[in-house]
Amino acid sequence: MDLLGYGAFFLTTALIFSLVTLGLNLQWGLTGLFNVGLAGFVAIGAYTSALLTTPDDAARLGGFGLPILVGWFGAMLVGGIAAALTGIATLRLRSDYLAITTFGVAVVVQLVALNAQKLTGGPFGIGFIPRPFGGLAETPLLFNLSNLAVVSMVTLIVYLALEHLSRSPWGRVLKALREDERAAISLGKSARFYRVQAFAVGGAIMALAGALQAHFTGFIAPDNYLPALTFQVWVMLIVGGSGSNIGAVIGSILVWAIWAGSGALTSVLFSPEQQARAASLQIVAIGVMLCVILLVRPNGLFGDRPRRARFGKRAKEAPDESIAKS
Amino acid sequence: MSLQFVVDGLLAGSMIGLGAIGVTLTYSILRFSNFAHGDFMAWGAYATLAVVGAIGAMFGKIAPIAPLSFGWPLIAAVVIGMAITGLLALLLDMVLFARLRAKGQAIIVVMASFGASMALRSLLEFIFSSRPTYFSRAIQIAMPVGFGIRITPDQIALLLLTAVLVLSVHLLMTRTQTGRSMQALSQNAALARIVGIDVAKVVRVTWIVGGALACVAGVMIGILIQIRPFMGFDMLLPMFAAAILGGIGSVPGAVLGGLIIGLAEAGAVQLIGAEWRAAVSFIILMTVLFVRPIGLFGVRER
Repeated sequence: MDLLGYGAFFLTTALIFSLVTLGLNLQWGLTGLFNVGLAGFVAIGAYTSALLTTPDDAARLGGFGLPILVGWFGAMLVGGIAAALTGIATLRLRSDYLAITTFGVAVVVQLVALNAQKLTGGPFGIGFIPRPFGGLAETPLLFNLSNLAVVSMVTLIVYLALEHLSRSPWGRVLKALREDERAAISLGKSARFYRVQAFAVGGAIMALAGALQAHFTGFIAPDNYLPALTFQVWVMLIVGGSGSNIGAVIGSILVWAIWAGSGALTSVLFSPEQQARAASLQIVAIGVMLCVILLVRPNGLFGDRPRRARFGKRAKEAPDESIAKS
Repeated sequence: MSLQFVVDGLLAGSMIGLGAIGVTLTYSILRFSNFAHGDFMAWGAYATLAVVGAIGAMFGKIAPIAPLSFGWPLIAAVVIGMAITGLLALLLDMVLFARLRAKGQAIIVVMASFGASMALRSLLEFIFSSRPTYFSRAIQIAMPVGFGIRITPDQIALLLLTAVLVLSVHLLMTRTQTGRSMQALSQNAALARIVGIDVAKVVRVTWIVGGALACVAGVMIGILIQIRPFMGFDMLLPMFAAAILGGIGSVPGAVLGGLIIGLAEAGAVQLIGAEWRAAVSFIILMTVLFVRPIGLFGVRER
């Protein structure tokens, strides 16, 4: 029974991660936009939804006590707008500038979360976030299973929507832009416009994931949204294979299993005062893993066909595959 | 508003500027933004700290040089630390970046540098723990120099050191064959290869110069503030902002950008409080991207 409950809890967390990864896959896998500040967009979603749905609190702005669904849509809206603004600012420039700017967004969101006490509750975060099925909290198993059901539903909806999008004319334009920008532009597609859209939708999905997470734990704090989160999600996408939505989901579950498993292992193997150090070794291992996958198997488990290298260097490596799949 | 922020800003600007030189060189010559550059700073500082410890173990306690808080062991250690950090950068390039570069996808290299940055920083946390340490716990008396400004001997020495380093890098870039090759490669890589420039050598020099300067910046932070594994990562945004503000590829631009950001940060600390310091570089970065994305001394890309 306990095991089943833990399994449900584990999968819920893994699926919330996979939502973030799906958002990143739309930005990076499909469109080739590099987001190193995704923790910031997740945080924006979590805080927006928390502000909208928590009961009134004299110490800070809001909360407005609105229904949870309103919170989730609000989160997507604000996250999408934030991502769109980031995109508008940088997408006419070199791709590195987007990376640096998203990194900056995450830093600033972290600062606001820590310091704008009136808005975010400062370092102590926001508590009393309403939980769907909060009434079931007495029976943990039922509570965990109903959470899992909700998260699975949301993940499935987002997954199907993204699958549909990537096959739609819109998705094909994005792929065309990623593969050969000049050719796509010559067909009359505005590269910047499409990219801003993709970046905004991806940001909205990340924000939704943040909101979901906030409503299942019932409490959020700035510490939840450190650069380590960004890093975890990137590893999930790369392991699963960027470009593939199913890869994003499976990669997330797999990496989260490794992460949680090795975390449990270190807590057994190391004494309490050594745990912080062991945890940092865990990050070293995952960082090395990311680099090794990039070197050895850049397409991950379920990767999209290899991108065409700009100067056709890799075209001879996998000519059949690219024809077979296109 | 007291004028003290000028000194604070110049010091912060020196650290940012020294780091930004490395960022701008990697960006213009190797064509990727290196997210691990901040961690070179932290590694430089810890390497220097370790060498200082080793010297202390060999020669016993050595008195600091008159008004300064440190003695010759630190000066010797910085030189060794610079070499270690340069080698670390070379090693990382050899096992990771060079191989990915050969595959021809610039943005994958950026991602790899992000992963490497995470691993390097956590490795420091593992070896030295996340507790902050110091080169010296001695407290220096700041001397008043007029206009309400106070400055410590350490600060004067470090400002002078920055000036010397920046001048020598500038001379390296403009007066030596290697420096001119570096400029050529950054301006037009294909043409540079055609005229027979030794690309591998230029890449090596770029990493060594970038790593060595990052080490000095890290040691400066260690002397004036403290040493901790996240010290370099926190400098990343100001460094990127400085490199872009100055114009990618321009060494004087990177230093000037660093000084501007350092002064703006110090001013903001006085006006609105220290907790918002990190937002300053983001605002400057966004302004530059909207108004003049090629920066102060940048050239339009071909």
